[in-house]
Amino acid sequence: MKKTVIFGALTAAGMAAGAAAAGTLDDVKARGTLNCGVATGLVGFATPDANGEWQGFDVAVCRAVAAAVLGDATAVEFVPTTGKTRFTALASGEIDMLARNTTWTFSRDVDLKFTFVGVNYYDGQGFMVPKDLGVSSAKDLDGATVCIQTGTTTELNLADFFRVNGISYDPVPIETNAEAQQQYLAGACDVYTTDASGLAATRAAFEAPNDHVLLPEIISKEPLGPLVRHGDNEWGDVVRWTLNALISAEELGITSANIAEMGAGTNNPEINRILGTEGTLGEMLGLDADWAMKAITAGGNYGEIFEKNIGESTPIGLARGLNAQWTDGGLLYSPPFR
Amino acid sequence: MTTMTDPPQESFRLSMLLNDTRYRSYTFQFIALLALVASIAYLMSNMFANLREQGLFLSWAFLGEPAGYDINQRLIEYDSQMTHWRATVVGVLNTLLVAFLACVTATVLGVIAGVLRLSNNWLVSKLMSAYVEAFRNVPVLIWIIIIFTVMTAVMPAPRAFRGDEPDATMLLNLFAFTNRGIYIPAPVLSAPLMGSAAMGWLLIVVGLVGSFFGARALGTWAAAKQEATGDRPKTWYITLAIWFVPLIVLLTIMGLTWNIPELKGFNFAGGLNIRGSLIALWFALAIYTGAFIAENVRAGIQAISKGQTEAAASLGLRSGRIMNLVVLPQALRVIIPPLISQYLNITKNSSLAIAVGYMDITGTLGGITLNQTGRAIECVLLLMLFYLTISLLISAVMNVYNNSVKLKER
Repeated sequence: MKKTVIFGALTAAGMAAGAAAAGTLDDVKARGTLNCGVATGLVGFATPDANGEWQGFDVAVCRAVAAAVLGDATAVEFVPTTGKTRFTALASGEIDMLARNTTWTFSRDVDLKFTFVGVNYYDGQGFMVPKDLGVSSAKDLDGATVCIQTGTTTELNLADFFRVNGISYDPVPIETNAEAQQQYLAGACDVYTTDASGLAATRAAFEAPNDHVLLPEIISKEPLGPLVRHGDNEWGDVVRWTLNALISAEELGITSANIAEMGAGTNNPEINRILGTEGTLGEMLGLDADWAMKAITAGGNYGEIFEKNIGESTPIGLARGLNAQWTDGGLLYSPPFR
Repeated sequence: MTTMTDPPQESFRLSMLLNDTRYRSYTFQFIALLALVASIAYLMSNMFANLREQGLFLSWAFLGEPAGYDINQRLIEYDSQMTHWRATVVGVLNTLLVAFLACVTATVLGVIAGVLRLSNNWLVSKLMSAYVEAFRNVPVLIWIIIIFTVMTAVMPAPRAFRGDEPDATMLLNLFAFTNRGIYIPAPVLSAPLMGSAAMGWLLIVVGLVGSFFGARALGTWAAAKQEATGDRPKTWYITLAIWFVPLIVLLTIMGLTWNIPELKGFNFAGGLNIRGSLIALWFALAIYTGAFIAENVRAGIQAISKGQTEAAASLGLRSGRIMNLVVLPQALRVIIPPLISQYLNITKNSSLAIAVGYMDITGTLGGITLNQTGRAIECVLLLMLFYLTISLLISAVMNVYNNSVKLKER
């Protein structure tokens, strides 16, 4: 009996090793679900709602990819990952892609062998303090106790910022956003620092959000975007162009309301190419002709996703800012679909 | 003619490997060993193949690169520009610190609780049973989080100490209990001998060790005198002098002053900050493991036959002395071996530090370094090597001690 177990385990290990070598796109199609790594719970970006359905800005990217590949926006297996587990989960093949407030950095791209397919949120690291502390600038924080999520780029930026300004601080390393929130509210740290969008999302969940202020300093560039493993370029292309389709859709005025109408054909060739009524872009990706149409239908275009999850009408209340289309003075710029 | 032949020399045949009970067990062990080696080799080659496929390979070069992150509790000098290796060492020292503190506290707690659980006083023995059962049967992680959460929620934040009518005040103007930890006065050597303060403290430790041996020599001398003459000379004032005179002289020469914590800016400044995370981890490990040690002590005491106690009592010894002189020394040989495992457990359980953000080795090497460099396999291998080394060392040292207290049979 024991032998059987051992051989079984060996076979399973061998098969897992083989699977990693095959194309992720084929794996996802064969499996029928997309394994998508998300945050363990960050309001607005990735959090399960009252019904246990994952909702959020990052979640919408997963759903769009699932819709493009499988034609079903709900065919996603969400895998919550912490700052510590996310890269191992992706490298080991436990997830097919990671959409989780992850900063695109040199070492992650080059040394950790991941491919960032684009940027879905241009962010920067900020500080949140209680209003009654009377602090108006991050440079006044000499000697403060700072809560920080461990294992993130913010941890390194924080050390650099205080070093450059010649002031000292006392770091309190925290594993998850929820713990950081609890420590910060109990006064165990004076300051909470993370990406400004994360701070806004965290503050929105407070009982009295107005008792806390975000300091004006943004101390780093944090381009957040989805990523996949190096070496599987076909799969990288699928995720990259799904994200680009969402961004282009907003630029070209394709919305979830008018997409059915536009899908019938318009006099704009680029819209026609995206929506699959002209050209063979879908076929080139190894997908159906209407892949982008399905992706956009899943949650709307980039602007719609933004407004619905983190925009100014939501409790998180983020302005578009840098994340506006390039035509509106922002940084969002999708390469052309041709 | 008779021919005497020797009984036929049994020659070794291959089939005996299976049929002969003398060899059979070796055969199977050998096969099992081969299978084990083969499966480990397979897993390793699988790992290397997968790594190669992703363009990665094992490399420890990252240990020499600047870490880039800060650590709040450091026993040696460290800043964010130092290497990952230095950060690892800081983590190792933090692990050893909390493990040492918890081992000492758990032993004291455990011995007291174990002895008291056998007390004739109903209330005391029941209280101790309640302690043992409550702490033994709830996971240590839960205790760590409970203590930490209670500390953060119950103790005042430093800003409560501020203002003319503060919500909280310092104890005796020396100690501040906050939700970031406890601030106590720190001893400072203003004129340390041999250069640095660290050398000064080392000198004091050396002095204390000298005092220990001096006091022991005095005790031996007194015992010898008692053997010879029947009179035990009064030595307590000499013992006191041996302990305190060198210490006071050393401290005075080196100019001992106290650095009192005071509220400054956002936090208390000065003094010694015992962090909330250290306290939570230390206490949780100590009371949790203390409950196990209490059971070991109880088992050890109960293993000593009641006749020993009765014989000692018939000599007129009081119960405290019976415990100290007769029962506990014999019980040690039962208590020590499981005590070793408890020390190992404390050391290994200290890796739960990450739950409260205590920067032990799992937090630095296995946490932030792993994350920043992405070198998961290398970091985990190093972690395993570290815990293995420490565990084997503790085990070796404790076994030496165990041999020294074993019953000597002549």
